[in-house]
Amino acid sequence: MQTLIDLLLLALTTGLCNNFVLHYFVGICPFLGVSRRIDLAFGMGMAVTFVMAVAGLLSWSLTYFVLRPGAPLPDAIWHLAGGEGSLDLSILSYLVYIFVIASSVQFVEMYVRKFNPALYKSFGVFLPLITTNCAILFACLEILKHLQTPDALWGLHEALVYAVSGGLGFTFAIMIMAGLREELDLCDVPRPLKGPGIALCVAGIMAMAFMGFTGVDQSLSALLSH
Amino acid sequence: MQEPTAGERFLNGLLPENPTYRQMLGLCATLAVTNGVKPAFTMACSTGFVLICANAMISLMRKHLQPHLRILIFTLTIATFVTVVDRLLQAFFYPMSQQLGPYVPLIIVNCIIISRCEVCASKQSLPIAIADAVGQTLGFLIGLVSLASLRELLGNGTWCEFEILPQSWPRWRILMLPPGAFITFGLTLGFIEWFVHRKQRA
Repeated sequence: MQTLIDLLLLALTTGLCNNFVLHYFVGICPFLGVSRRIDLAFGMGMAVTFVMAVAGLLSWSLTYFVLRPGAPLPDAIWHLAGGEGSLDLSILSYLVYIFVIASSVQFVEMYVRKFNPALYKSFGVFLPLITTNCAILFACLEILKHLQTPDALWGLHEALVYAVSGGLGFTFAIMIMAGLREELDLCDVPRPLKGPGIALCVAGIMAMAFMGFTGVDQSLSALLSH
Repeated sequence: MQEPTAGERFLNGLLPENPTYRQMLGLCATLAVTNGVKPAFTMACSTGFVLICANAMISLMRKHLQPHLRILIFTLTIATFVTVVDRLLQAFFYPMSQQLGPYVPLIIVNCIIISRCEVCASKQSLPIAIADAVGQTLGFLIGLVSLASLRELLGNGTWCEFEILPQSWPRWRILMLPPGAFITFGLTLGFIEWFVHRKQRA
């Protein structure tokens, strides 16, 4: 039961309180670029969530078994080869993550094209763009950070919940933004602010609204653990 | 259209094609680290180091690049240099590297670097590629430091952690928080748009 509550709180914290876009500023490019229509924004958000889940799973496994200091796999190979002590491959982590993200985007693209052509058509444009989406690398890096603190090691389920709720938070933010921008097209905006300027100001006001969630996670966890 | 020379490319990066204000690239870093001048400066320097090294490297191997693999090669080159920068920061500027946190590794997906590799370094010779990278770096530095100055000065009354504004100045705390980043950047963009437009009309 406690595990479930912890996971719920983790999801809530990641999705709302520390929203990827409005708190950490990752994934700003699609946030401003693909937020003109709600349906496109939803497609983008779902694609990002899916890739983030796949990349999160892969990067957790790779970090846990291979990259982390004292990981089992390289140590076993190293000892088989007659080496002593333990290996630290964490210097390779950034290279590995980028590889993982690029290949999981490729993999998702192939899978969707084969099994769901209609979805592929609607995703089409966004999928290649996701490779350079900072939100996904950010999720991988956060998972790495939580595998480096020995006392509170994240399990696979926590990494998965983190990745999915981060993606859903991104979808949430980008869809609100798209809704606002659809209305904004009808407004009389001062000319110099047209386009990205007013979008950024609106995003700022949204971020202020999201700051209202600050502290909700702590009070909830205090409430639920008693 | 004539190919711009090395000097022109350098100057273009500073203001006419400023990466922050005119091209709007690398926004994650721009918004996330500009709550103080010091982190902004460090960030711009790290990005600059990676940009210059990656541009030079890509320019040197441009004849061996395969078209379908080039983006992958770009990213891997960039990731290598980012690892170098990250390790350097951790070794010599530990508090700063803690403060910047995940944004240093996020330089890998900074669009400025990939776009410069694609637009310039993969087609031009070494001196031109380096001049272009240095120009873009300085442009990025100008963008980041100007935003950070505004936010730190109005939000905290300090510049580079020196007390500038008197204590009677009401600190606009919101500018130091995430919403302030969006609003400052949006209004600055609007101001620059207005300024450029006015100059063109005159």
